[in-house]
Amino acid sequence: MTIATENTALNFECETGNYHTFCPISCVAWLYQKIEDSFFLVIGTKTCGYFLQNAMGVMIFAEPRYAMAELEEGDISAQLNDYNELKRLCEQIKRDRNPSVIVWIGTCTTEIIKMDLEGLAPKLEAEIGIPIVVARANGLDYAFTQGEDTVLAAMANRCPDKAPVSETEKGERNAIQKLLHFGKKKEDVAQEEAEYVDHPPLVLFGSLPDPVVTQLTLELKKQGIKVSGWLPAKRFTELPVLEEGYYVAGVNPFLSRTATTLMRRRKCKLIGAPFPIGPDGTRAWVEKICSVFGITPKGLDEREAQIWENLEDYVKLIRGKSVFFMGDNLLEISLARFLVRCGMTVPEIGIPYMDKRYQAAELALLEKTCQEMNVPLPRIVEKPDNYNQVQRIYELKPDLVITGMSHANPLEARGINTKWSVEFTFAQIHGFGNARDILELVTRPLRRNNNLKDLGWDKLVREEAKV
Amino acid sequence: MKLAYWMYAGPAHIGTLRVASSFKNVHAIMHAPLGDDYFNVMRSMLSRERDFTPVTASIVDRHVLARGSQEKVVENITRKDAEEHPDLIVLTPTCTSSILQEDLQNFVDRAQMDAKGDVLLADVNHYRVNELQAADRTLHQIVKYYIEKARKKDELPTSKTENPSVNIIGISTLGFHNNHDCTELKKLMADLGIEVNAVIPEGASVHELKNLPKAWFNLVPYRELGLLTANYLQEQFGTPFVDITPMGVVETARCIRKIQQVINQQGANVDYEEFINEQTLYVSQAAWFSRSIDCQNLTGKKAVVFGDSTHAAAITKILSREMGIKVVWAGTYCKYDADWFREQVSEYCDEVLITEDHGEIGDAIARVEPAAIFGTQMERHVGKRLDIPCGVIAAPIHVQNFPIGYKPFMGYEGTNQITDLIYNSFTLGMEDHLLEIFGGHDTKEVITKGISAESDLHWTKDGLAELNKIPGFVRGKVKRNTEKFARERGVKDISAEVLYAAKEAVGA
Repeated sequence: MTIATENTALNFECETGNYHTFCPISCVAWLYQKIEDSFFLVIGTKTCGYFLQNAMGVMIFAEPRYAMAELEEGDISAQLNDYNELKRLCEQIKRDRNPSVIVWIGTCTTEIIKMDLEGLAPKLEAEIGIPIVVARANGLDYAFTQGEDTVLAAMANRCPDKAPVSETEKGERNAIQKLLHFGKKKEDVAQEEAEYVDHPPLVLFGSLPDPVVTQLTLELKKQGIKVSGWLPAKRFTELPVLEEGYYVAGVNPFLSRTATTLMRRRKCKLIGAPFPIGPDGTRAWVEKICSVFGITPKGLDEREAQIWENLEDYVKLIRGKSVFFMGDNLLEISLARFLVRCGMTVPEIGIPYMDKRYQAAELALLEKTCQEMNVPLPRIVEKPDNYNQVQRIYELKPDLVITGMSHANPLEARGINTKWSVEFTFAQIHGFGNARDILELVTRPLRRNNNLKDLGWDKLVREEAKV
Repeated sequence: MKLAYWMYAGPAHIGTLRVASSFKNVHAIMHAPLGDDYFNVMRSMLSRERDFTPVTASIVDRHVLARGSQEKVVENITRKDAEEHPDLIVLTPTCTSSILQEDLQNFVDRAQMDAKGDVLLADVNHYRVNELQAADRTLHQIVKYYIEKARKKDELPTSKTENPSVNIIGISTLGFHNNHDCTELKKLMADLGIEVNAVIPEGASVHELKNLPKAWFNLVPYRELGLLTANYLQEQFGTPFVDITPMGVVETARCIRKIQQVINQQGANVDYEEFINEQTLYVSQAAWFSRSIDCQNLTGKKAVVFGDSTHAAAITKILSREMGIKVVWAGTYCKYDADWFREQVSEYCDEVLITEDHGEIGDAIARVEPAAIFGTQMERHVGKRLDIPCGVIAAPIHVQNFPIGYKPFMGYEGTNQITDLIYNSFTLGMEDHLLEIFGGHDTKEVITKGISAESDLHWTKDGLAELNKIPGFVRGKVKRNTEKFARERGVKDISAEVLYAAKEAVGA
């Protein structure tokens, strides 16, 4: 690739916002699986339903705990009464599934016709006796993973605000504690409590698969840090207690609204750290949390070195190569930072939305990593324009493009290696133990194409007459 | 409001985009919020397109909500016009933009002043038509636009082609086996000595549309897409059309006879009877298959059929008329075209089911317990859960229904493909049962055969053991009958005793 002029500070740009991404309502797909006693009701049109059914593929056949409240012409023109309609559907859901919470996902349509979901929910909640959480995860305002942010921000307001009175019960309250204490006697529990340093309660936020939750929790436990709860928990009924003064830390880069809600509404203190993606990120994340609690971290050097050693066979494949992020899921900064540490160069990081405050520590680490690895700083393009990006890709000829599915096949046909970006959202990529999974994804196209390289099948489109 | 988990036909704009992106060098611009360009993913992934899907969005965001799109749509149209020089840009409204009620026609008119290509606003109402109806309308709209444009410029051809010729109307991107069907139809036309004047919309240039009147007749192979256009061309130019789907041996012959009649009326003087006979008896294997003992074994087996009108009707007729299979019910999700469907299949099945509710279909399958299902991907999954084999015959479909190998459903090769599909579905089912009878893989737990109804009954250990001894292909029925029996008598635990009591009660 051609190396651009040396940059000294991160360069932020903003384009037209004509880019491809998933609609934020897609968050129901992973959140309904995460929150086991929930039911997600997406209030929208056929377009929303069609997206969900196609994007979720096979999952749709597993009797999912989500459904569309499909708006019809009568709803749009207000010939039907929103409250009565929603009541009818929610009663049906209560009858058939009996969930502990119904999450209403507001869509573009409910925004435009100004359906007052936040106003209707408390009334209906009182009437049917099931909590109703409202999240406006629409394509007018948000992209893809930001959907989870809107849901978690709404849930943050539902977290209990008082720890239960007795100390023993406190331990019993949360799911991870229960998990860790499972089958142990009371003395053992007391013994375990002693393993923790005395620090103010810490609650982590961000939805992760349960194995990753356990891994990160144990990672902090090694430093004597106790995780008092996660937002979200496995069940809605197990949402963590949030008292004023609790510390909170995010595990994903797209959770800025949730962070804001936790700080402003719940008076929690946010630990601004890089995100635990890649061994470098995980280490920085643990270190930052330790430093806030005045703990000197133990054994992180060896732990990180060990992980890097195990990654060497994959790192070898990408060292010195370039990667271009078209941008669609907000994980881009963290992934780019990790890949720079692996020895890659990153000419461009496209990203739907850049919260420089929430991601401040991550951005600083990216800058530092680039300097340490002696590579040019990437340009960060907010609200990218896919058409322009494709022109830049033709020009830069990066070794790998991380992009959505609508561009992947056409780019491959033009001899450009691609990795489908959505996989990073669904794969387990957090913590020390999952760094290999990230590289497994990143190197896959390169490994595949190594196998094919002598066949002369690089470009599979006829030469275009275009300029 | 309606509680929905699954839909058979997509929203209207999908139909418009399918037609627009089927044409060569036509670009569609959706007036839509971020994330609504999911069509590009589908086209790129399902049909493994090598080229960028010519669809972009003019994004509707918070600012548009507050101030209207203003210059944005116009700019996006003229920008695309300059970047890619398409012949035509189709501005496509979505459900979101249709409630904003912006004057999109005005944007189109303004953009047209600067754009070198043509600009059209797709005329479809999101809340009244679905994907299939919208596709039909958009194709009609585009054809009409270019016919009228040519007429104004006096560029319309005045005469028909010298030799008999045809327009094949309705082949489109993301259509079920459309490309293979198209190849097969072209081959059939060549065999019949008929020139193909045009195929639309797939692969066609809009500049060719003015030549449509040169054809002697139009062939509309799919019920869902192309009829409006064919009717329009008949109205304008008196071009007759043939809308008999050449799917299955009998229907293919019927289609060819109709073509013969249509072109002979225009002085062709052809006789295709010999051709039909030769193909039916010796080229297609389907007629011979019907006589073979394999097919004899299928006689009277129960099947159910569900899909779009075209495929569900054709498969129902093939199963019943050509293979002697008992079609218990046949159904379609094309509610808007229910009368046609009823008329087509009533004599070939016991019951006709018209619904868009997949739950209803699932229950109807569970109730009937057919030996095989022919349906969409949804029915395939129902089949999986009920242990009933399923052949996929219609959209909605997954990537495996875009095979790379040649698999038409139409014409004489189509009859071979369909025969394989049907036969393989049934034998697989039989093998499975034989395995179970001889204790093949009986470690599986019994699955409840109801789709939506949860069983509130408990099977005791010995009851279950007894149930497992019953051969697989009747086990479901026995289980259900026993549960019904237990429920009627208020028995909570089903033991072996109850099972046999139930058996006696139904006299089996």
